[in-house]
Amino acid sequence: MRDITYYPGCSLKDTAKGFEASAVKVSEEMNVNLKELDRWNCCGTVYSLTDDNLMKQLGPIRNLIRARDEGSDKLYTLCSMCDNTLKRANLLVREEEDKRDKINSFMDQESDYEGSLEVRHYLEFLQDDLGWGEVRDRVEEPLEDLNVASYYGCMLTRPKDIGLDDPHNPTILGELVENLGGTPVDFPYESECCGSYNTVDNKEMVLNKTQTITAGARKSGADVLITSCPLCHFNLDSRQSDLLEVAPNHKPLPVLYFTQLMAVAFGYPKVNKFDEHAIDPKEVLKLENKVGSER
Amino acid sequence: MDLTNSDRELTANVEELSGENIFSCYQCGKCSAGCPFTEEMDILPNQVIKKVQMGDGSVLDSDTPWTCASCLSCEVDCPKGNDVPAIMEAIREISLRKNLDRVDINKLETKGLPEIALVSNLRKKTG
Repeated sequence: MRDITYYPGCSLKDTAKGFEASAVKVSEEMNVNLKELDRWNCCGTVYSLTDDNLMKQLGPIRNLIRARDEGSDKLYTLCSMCDNTLKRANLLVREEEDKRDKINSFMDQESDYEGSLEVRHYLEFLQDDLGWGEVRDRVEEPLEDLNVASYYGCMLTRPKDIGLDDPHNPTILGELVENLGGTPVDFPYESECCGSYNTVDNKEMVLNKTQTITAGARKSGADVLITSCPLCHFNLDSRQSDLLEVAPNHKPLPVLYFTQLMAVAFGYPKVNKFDEHAIDPKEVLKLENKVGSER
Repeated sequence: MDLTNSDRELTANVEELSGENIFSCYQCGKCSAGCPFTEEMDILPNQVIKKVQMGDGSVLDSDTPWTCASCLSCEVDCPKGNDVPAIMEAIREISLRKNLDRVDINKLETKGLPEIALVSNLRKKTG
């Protein structure tokens, strides 16, 4: 079993439990142990864009220091927002010497950090460290006839200097779908923002995007949509319930974390906690008759 | 047009907070063309930048920086490599540092909202 050091972030312990459970299970199947960082704090969710206030960088940087002190040279993430915030904070420390010095001199209890750690998203792990063959070899229930829209959102591919794929033409999720035996569908809104945190104080603005993105995916022939962001998941899945109240003719689209789709293909759909989803994916994934199965 | 000292102060503040050279923008409008939220905005992102270039304080009353979701679509599209989301954040910060919070947590309907939404919203919209 290969250990990789893993930073879950808050959502995976609360609203995105199925994301974590499925990632742990599919990793196990590939002989990989997601070893959770012993002590971690919130990454801050959004990278601070204010040039003069370094306080907001301390949260993510402290996580990086703890991972380094545990002896890791890489820290793996699942949540797109954590991935983005940790990667950008790491880059700041690497590239801006004066800010790095200020941050290090401010922190009393931690030893200095120079950005030695590498932050990697689990998708990068699958593609580059394990290789798609390792994924393909574990598929027990190929996703035949399943059309999957890959939703990258913002934080996986932007900005360019930390993005894990081409921001204008990302392919990594589509490659995963192909290796699971499914069919990736071309989808015009794959990188269009869902409205993000505006869901708190401007729900209508987000509902417009919920409709555009999910109906757009449907129009492209998608049966389900996959994401790696718990906030996108909320805006695209839970917010579809709100959308259905004002647009009853909307045809709901199930929204899955990419690791949940892997768990389905590996033959372990039950770890996914689909009962916590607003739009139930079981019917379209043809899982309803398998409720009694051991997996 | 002559800029007054207070006009210049706004421009300088935005430049300092964002770390960007505001005058490198030549108003091509690509940020606005690609922005997914322009229909929700009172002025376009490139117009926000124009106002900052001109030192026009009315930019602080615009909804646009608060509608911006920091999705970074403009950041990858800008031919000058400007970090437009950082400019939006600088404008938000000017208000937030005067204790002019955009959202009041006591008045928010928070039930059912995930923490990832609340934490990110309050980091962007409160000081």
